[in-house]
Amino acid sequence: MVAGKDGDFSRFAKTQVERVSDRELLIQRSFRASAKTVFRAMTEPALLRRWWAPKLLGVVLFECESDARVGGRYRYVFGRPGEPPLAFSGTYTEVVPGTRLVYTQIFEPMPHAGEGLITAEFTESGGLTLLTQRERYPAKEVLDGALASGMERGMRETLEQLEALLAEVGDAA
Amino acid sequence: MVETFAALGQRNRFRIVEFLAAGPRTVNEIGEKLSLNQPQVSKHLGALKKAGLVQVEPRAQQRIYALRPEPLREMSAWLEKYRDLLEARFESLDELLEELESKKERSNGRRKRR
Repeated sequence: MVAGKDGDFSRFAKTQVERVSDRELLIQRSFRASAKTVFRAMTEPALLRRWWAPKLLGVVLFECESDARVGGRYRYVFGRPGEPPLAFSGTYTEVVPGTRLVYTQIFEPMPHAGEGLITAEFTESGGLTLLTQRERYPAKEVLDGALASGMERGMRETLEQLEALLAEVGDAA
Repeated sequence: MVETFAALGQRNRFRIVEFLAAGPRTVNEIGEKLSLNQPQVSKHLGALKKAGLVQVEPRAQQRIYALRPEPLREMSAWLEKYRDLLEARFESLDELLEELESKKERSNGRRKRR
């Protein structure tokens, strides 16, 4: 459910990820900052470098370019030290500072998989900003690439996941 | 994974999966419950079967369709992993935002309106 219009962002203090359609994910998360600041942190290279690849994930952001204008390009090169680097890149197609950002995305190790499209919206209320991001992926490999962008294996495997999903599909058993 | 997303992306197929979550059913039972005709149900079941979401169990003269939980579990595990990744990244963003906001307050000083 897309929520947040009423200004109650409390349930998005932790990241929510939902499948909303074929190959499309909805991601929501609130931040204690103005929409303008969140937007800057997500588009300015000097700021992106400081959070996009947290140490905890074991990946390093080797290069980060971002020209947040319509038609401008971005490129993130990242990876684990000692392994071949990976990269995401794309073009900004809509840029409304503090409000909305739309960009294409290619996972460079799989150029033939096609382009994904990411739409991020920023809603500010009561000192919080809700990020609502839709990610549309072109193919399975790109979904896997999204995960390759930094995740130690085997972090969490619990039955709760299945229970939650079965509850979602209306498990009566 | 994407096959699972895609198969569930169609509303009637999602309803069939919901119905089968309560237990295996025949094509007729599914059609009656969801007000779909037999060819429609068969078409959707074909797609769900291809995505590995349902399996067929022959029973006497009938074919019984049952849910296979593995793809759902896989999809759920994937989403959970992705969520953990994003949360780790966003927690690191939280720290940066805190710093940026406190700098902004300091530089605005008394001119700050709120």
